[in-house]
Amino acid sequence: MTLSPDVSTGIITQNLKAYFGKVEVLKGIDISIPKFEVTAFIGPSGCGKTTFLRTLNRMHELARNATITGKVLVDGTDIYAPSVDPVLVRRKIGMVFQKPNPFPTMSVYDNVVAGLKLTGRHSRKELEEVVERTLMQAALWDEVKDSLRKSGASLSGGQQQRLCIARTLAVDPEVILMDEPASALDPISTAKIEELIFQLKDRYTIAIVTHNMQQAARVSDHTAFFYLGELIEFTNTRDMFTKPKKKQTEDYITGRFG
Amino acid sequence: MANDSNQVIKTVIAGSGFSYWRRKISNAIFTILFSSSIIIVLLPLLLIVGYLFYKGASSVNVNFFIHRPAPVGEAGGGMGNAIIGSLYVVGLASLIGIPVGLLGGIFLGEFPNNKLSTVARFVADVLNGTPSIVMGVFAYTVVVLPMKNFTALAGGFALGMMMIPTILRTTDEILQTVPNSIREASLALGVPYWRTVISVVLRSAKSGILTGILLAGARVLGETAPLLFTSFNNAFFSYSILQPISTLPVQIFNYAISPYKDWHRQAWAGALVLVVAILIVNVGMRTFSRQKFEQT
Repeated sequence: MTLSPDVSTGIITQNLKAYFGKVEVLKGIDISIPKFEVTAFIGPSGCGKTTFLRTLNRMHELARNATITGKVLVDGTDIYAPSVDPVLVRRKIGMVFQKPNPFPTMSVYDNVVAGLKLTGRHSRKELEEVVERTLMQAALWDEVKDSLRKSGASLSGGQQQRLCIARTLAVDPEVILMDEPASALDPISTAKIEELIFQLKDRYTIAIVTHNMQQAARVSDHTAFFYLGELIEFTNTRDMFTKPKKKQTEDYITGRFG
Repeated sequence: MANDSNQVIKTVIAGSGFSYWRRKISNAIFTILFSSSIIIVLLPLLLIVGYLFYKGASSVNVNFFIHRPAPVGEAGGGMGNAIIGSLYVVGLASLIGIPVGLLGGIFLGEFPNNKLSTVARFVADVLNGTPSIVMGVFAYTVVVLPMKNFTALAGGFALGMMMIPTILRTTDEILQTVPNSIREASLALGVPYWRTVISVVLRSAKSGILTGILLAGARVLGETAPLLFTSFNNAFFSYSILQPISTLPVQIFNYAISPYKDWHRQAWAGALVLVVAILIVNVGMRTFSRQKFEQT
C-alpha cells in the first residue's frame, strides 16, 4: 500500500528498509513525496525520520555499516540502480543539515560557489551571478553583500544556516532535504528559515524533518508521522493535526509520548 | 520559608570542606610542585643552548659556513660541505618520507576504523619508538650492501624511513579532528569523495599537516646514528647521490671524538648551528601555525 496524496509525484519509495549493521532502522517505507510542495517528517527521536531523509540522496550509505534495500524512485528513476552515480544523485537532491556547517576555511563567496567550483569550471561572471542570486533567494544578500570575502564561519548561526541553504541552491538541485534546519537557531532566525522554505517551494520539492510540530504545521503541505522505523500516517498537514486517523499519531501530536 | 532554606545552605557550606588555612597551604604546596616541574623541563634546554653559545659561538663565522674542513694542524676550515650535505640528505629523505607518510596518513585519517588502518597505526607507533641506529642498520642492509658503497642515497633512505611514521601519525590525527559535518556538507553538494578530501578536508588541515612535515624534517636533521654507516662522511663538497656525503651530525661526532683542540672547537660550533637551526624550524612553525589558526 502506498500512501499518496493526490498530487503529481516527485519521490516514491518502495519497501525501503535501512540498516546500521544488523539493526533495521527503517522497516519498509512506502511513500510518495509530491513535487513542488513541502512534506514534513515528524516523530519521536530514534524513529528513523533522519535516516529516511538520508536515504533519499544516498547519504545514508556513507555511514559505517549502513545499508539499504528497496527502491527510491526520483522522477521514475531508481537512484539505487547500479548504473546511477551517487555523486550525481546528491547534486540533484541537495541537503541542509541540522547544525549549520559552512566550510570554515572558505569565505562567504567561496562557500556559496563551493559546489560549482569543486565539480567543474565556471567563468567568474557566472559565479558572481550565482552568488548574488542564491544569497538573495536565501534572504541573506543584504546582510553579507559587503562582506563576501569574510570567513563563512564569522557569520551568526542563523546567517550560517541561510548561507548553507544558498550553497545548496547554487548547484541547482530539484529536491532539497532539510534535517531539522532550525533546531539550532533562535526564534527570529527560525522564522526567517520558515519564510524561506515557503518561498522556495515554488521551484523545489522540499522534504523537512522537524521535532517542532508547530513548525511542521506552519511550513508543510503534507506531514508524515514515523514511529519505530515505520510510517504510521501520511496525509495533508491540516488533517494530520486536526483529525489524525491513527491513535499513535494522535498521542504523539497531543504530546502524550515522544 | 526562603530564610529557612538559606540557613540550611549556609550550614551545609560552612560545615563541609577544609578550613581556610588548610586550603591556602595545600594550594601553595601544589603550585610549587607543579611549577618546579616545569622549570625542570625547561632547564636542560636552556643549559644546552647556553653552553653551546659559550663554547661554540666564537668559532662560528663566515668561513665556518662556506669552507670545507681543513687538515689537522691547519687553521681555519669549516663545515660548509656538511651543512649542504645535511640539507641534501634531508631533502632526499623528504622525497621518500613526505609522499608515503602523507598518502598513508590520509588513508588512516579518512578510514580510521579500517582493519588495515588499525594495524598500520600500531606499526607506525612501534617504528616511531625504534632506536634510530636500527634504522641505520636496516638501510645499511638493504641499500649499502647491495650497492657496495656508502651513499647519500642510503642516508636519505634511512632518514626517510624515520620520517614516514611521524608524518603518517600527525596527518592521521589532524584529519580525524576535521569534523565529519564538513565532509558531509561537501558530499551533499555532489562533490566526489576524492575532491572532498583534497579541497575540503586537506584544506582545513593544511597548516597542521605542514607543521607535522617540518617537525619530522627537523627531527631527522639532528640524527647521527642512522647516517654513520649509510651516508658515512666526506671531506669534500659532494653533490652526488651515489657518493658518501658529509652531514652536520656525523661531522660533529667525528670532530668531537678526535684528539685535536681545533676540531673540538669546530664540533662545538657545528652543534650550535645545528641546534639553532632546529630551534628556528620548531619555533617558526609553531608561531606560523598559530597565526593561521587565529585567522580562520
